[in-house]
Amino acid sequence: MVQKVLRIIDFSASYGDGRVVSNVNLEIEDNKITAVMGPSGCGKSTLLRAVNRMHELHPNATVEGRIMLKDKDIYRMNPIMLRRQIGMVFQRPNPFPTMSIYDNVIAGYKLNGIKLSKDERDNIVEKSLINAALWSEVKDNLHKRGTFLSGGQQQRLCIARALAMKPDILLLDEPTSALDPKATAFIEELIVELKKSVTILLVTHNIAQAARVSDYTAFLFLGELVEFGVTERVFTVPTDRRTEEYLTGKFG
Amino acid sequence: MIGEKILSLKERLISEANIVEMMLARSVEGLLEGYSDKLFEVIRLEKDINRIEIEIEELCTNTIALFQPEAKDLRTVLMIYKINNDLERIGDQAVNISESSQYLIERPELRILKSIARLSKESIAMIRDSIRAFIDEDNELAITVCVRDATVDELHEAIVKELIEQMRDEPQIIERALHIIRISRNLERVADLATNIAEDTIYMISGKVIKHQTAEES
Amino acid sequence: MCINKIEWRIIKDRVFLLLLIIIALVSIVPLGFILYFLIIKGAPAINWEFIIAGPKPYGISGGGIAHAIVGTLILIILAALLSVPAGLSIGLFLAENRKSKLAYWVRLGVDILQSIPSIVIGIIVWSWIVKPMRMFSAFSGGMALGLMMLPVIVRSTEETVRLIPYSIKEASLSLGVPYYRTVLKVILPAGLSGIVSGILLSIARIAGETAPLIFTAFGSRFMNLDIFKPVESMPLLIYRYASSPYQDLHTMAWGASFLLVVLVLTLNITAKGVCRRWCRKY
Repeated sequence: MVQKVLRIIDFSASYGDGRVVSNVNLEIEDNKITAVMGPSGCGKSTLLRAVNRMHELHPNATVEGRIMLKDKDIYRMNPIMLRRQIGMVFQRPNPFPTMSIYDNVIAGYKLNGIKLSKDERDNIVEKSLINAALWSEVKDNLHKRGTFLSGGQQQRLCIARALAMKPDILLLDEPTSALDPKATAFIEELIVELKKSVTILLVTHNIAQAARVSDYTAFLFLGELVEFGVTERVFTVPTDRRTEEYLTGKFG
Repeated sequence: MIGEKILSLKERLISEANIVEMMLARSVEGLLEGYSDKLFEVIRLEKDINRIEIEIEELCTNTIALFQPEAKDLRTVLMIYKINNDLERIGDQAVNISESSQYLIERPELRILKSIARLSKESIAMIRDSIRAFIDEDNELAITVCVRDATVDELHEAIVKELIEQMRDEPQIIERALHIIRISRNLERVADLATNIAEDTIYMISGKVIKHQTAEES
Repeated sequence: MCINKIEWRIIKDRVFLLLLIIIALVSIVPLGFILYFLIIKGAPAINWEFIIAGPKPYGISGGGIAHAIVGTLILIILAALLSVPAGLSIGLFLAENRKSKLAYWVRLGVDILQSIPSIVIGIIVWSWIVKPMRMFSAFSGGMALGLMMLPVIVRSTEETVRLIPYSIKEASLSLGVPYYRTVLKVILPAGLSGIVSGILLSIARIAGETAPLIFTAFGSRFMNLDIFKPVESMPLLIYRYASSPYQDLHTMAWGASFLLVVLVLTLNITAKGVCRRWCRKY
């Protein structure tokens, strides 16, 4: 029985009267990368943000259906505690501008007032930066401001910051669309490495990226889940005509 | 990422080539030494080669769909796809040789078999060299394979000519002779396929298309 | 002489530029004169005794304005204690809730507060605090000045926090940090330079206010550290000494004016410096 850490069941999300995600059923497999792709406005970002309840920050956000994280309904949990179990990386790298690299990595603990000994802190910072493939570049400058790094390095810092909380799931919202091709390739390889230790849900509007990186691909169109399957199959023999048209560039 | 994928594709292709080479060698050994179990083994292996051919085709398709290879990577994947087909055909030739051999070893041997031995040695060497050229990305070696095709053609024609004369004098050997002609043609076809592999290897390495050219032009 | 169209246009451009420069220089001239006068008239009055000592009884020359300097400081501290927490909170509230009805009314209220004349604020505080307490005090003076500082702090806090990109807030919330901690530990530190420079500017604004203090702090000839008693401030002292008949008091008034302008200029330049060093460009 394959473990599913995240299950999305008959899930819909709306802002006021406008339904953005409709009746999505999705099971995310552990330690695999699942990509969600689709044209702009198809609801993929909303779906991603629904997983850690960040979409509730918008006024008039309502949901129907359930999302189960390890068999607990996330809409019955305290959202603060939920978000500490789920890591998120955004489109534009957003390290905290007033904090050093070191403080940025353990920001999740510091800002939440979680007490750690100096050794524990050093340990977490080093491990997270190593896992984010940034350690060797910054280990001598941990107390410099995070904003002096390049775009790709800043994004890796944000990944380290998310990993430091040891999340079960990592949510990536178009993590490379603000980066140059070289940084993008670096981070794609990093993501493939990371799936050994964490389950990854990736939203991207870059079809080729979804093809290169993911194990499973979901295609969302106008809020509906049109197709879901193993990436090789979806990209070579899609079952739905809309998927075929999207992949061959007829829209989106 | 794509580097690893292409490496594993190459490895699959090379192990397929090893099996095919072995099939070819066994089929000829079975004929020349008179051992039928070697011939059976070759016929049995045909299923495996068919399965591997389909696997490699799928892998190539997936690699192109998922990784959009460019330049040399693209040529490599496309040529692996082609060489894969050629290898399967070589396997078919080995099976044909084995089937004809099964008829021949139960009957008295004809002296033309010495020439067959020479022809098979040359064809098998061409296969080995073309695969080696692919593994090592050796342009020169690939070119020599293309050149040697002419020699094999001559050997095959000589065998056919001699057998036709013999058939005129000794009509009782006609059935055996026909099987031997078939084997000779199979071996000549094997040499052609080796040449294809060599030409595809040259395209993969340098992008130069040398098929349908004569030896002087290339 | 034949000037063609293009040459004519170039000449017009140059003349226009020249006019702009002349007008700009002309408007700086009064400032130059002010500073010049202050230095000429005020500098002679400045010596150690001036700064450290309190006033001497009438008729005896010498003495200083220490009581006014201390008084001004006390008033500034009291005003800041009132206006900074309130101003930060209101500014944050307005920045985070741009569209609510409440925000609309609060913003309107703050704008109105800003446009009330300073003397009217003085009278209002007089009737709210001085009359019930039945005495003039530094406390009431601080209240009046605080009310005047409030709109400046609210506005600069709101502008600064608005400039902080939403992504920083998102990053903090996605780590499971509750909203109040996000505000205190992420948003405020990120906007600190803008907020601090806003506070410095508001202090610069009220440091020289006289009218509201006439009915509240009232002024005094003595050094006074009790905030519930009247206290002297530099602008009040300048007003009193300058309108007295004594020449040496006039000199002292010039000296005090000079010090006051130096204080205000320093605050302004520091505010700009703080911004240049720490203001982040997003």
